[in-house]
Amino acid sequence: MSKKVAMAGMFTALAMIFSYVEVLIPINLGIPGMKLGLANLVVVVTLYTMGVPMAFAVSMIRIMLVSMTFGSFSAMLYSMAGGILSFCGMALLKKVPNFSVIGVSLLGGVLHNTGQLLVAMAVVENINLIAYLPPLMIAGMVTGILIGIVSAQVIPRIKKVLHSGA
Amino acid sequence: MKKGDVFLICIVICLAAAGFFFWSFRSTGEGGTLTVTVDGKVYGTYDLSEDQEVEIDGEWGCNRFSIKDGTVRMIEADCPDQYCVNHAPVDKENETIICLPHKLVLEITDGEENNEIDA
Repeated sequence: MSKKVAMAGMFTALAMIFSYVEVLIPINLGIPGMKLGLANLVVVVTLYTMGVPMAFAVSMIRIMLVSMTFGSFSAMLYSMAGGILSFCGMALLKKVPNFSVIGVSLLGGVLHNTGQLLVAMAVVENINLIAYLPPLMIAGMVTGILIGIVSAQVIPRIKKVLHSGA
Repeated sequence: MKKGDVFLICIVICLAAAGFFFWSFRSTGEGGTLTVTVDGKVYGTYDLSEDQEVEIDGEWGCNRFSIKDGTVRMIEADCPDQYCVNHAPVDKENETIICLPHKLVLEITDGEENNEIDA
């Protein structure tokens, strides 16, 4: 158990670093909110190696810490909405047979962007923002697939570490 | 990759394509007016045929945008993320530039005051 907690703490720190690194690599395609979603790699790996509660904790603590350190309260609101929606989708899809980690991560990417956009629409009270949804969905899908491919490589290795003695 | 993954990819692509076509169908019109809203309330309307630079000093921060040849572009903003400044210029009806930290929306409308959408 203590090993699991230590690992979760390390993962949270790693997710924070990823969020920071992501800001340093600007991908600007004229659509606001497009990101690589590197932090989701950590959440997906935690979900598969340590289960739902641990992964949820890592995801939420990461969002709070990152928003407090680099962002603002409103940034936290968007991230929370995206994070919770994305996490619920991934946790549910993981239970469905015939879906691999790639599908789970893909859904996570799409839902994260969708959740953030919904909050943004509510904040500025403008429904026309929905125009950003199709490109953001495609972006979430592509990055989700990439994160899924990497996760599939990382998960067995983390499992090995978690289940080894000592 | 499993069967479900491929299925999911197809669904996302179909949804996005449907949304994209629906949208391009909706925003073909040449809008004549720029409506600026701050926190959901109309701040002002500006004629697109008139080249101008406008500074908005809202409750949450400052933005400056320009209208030139019917195209709207955000020139400056004192927000941390600068998404609005990096945003591609807009010139078609229903297109928007948003500055989320300032709750600011620049939206091209048809000039008639009838397309207030109540969110």
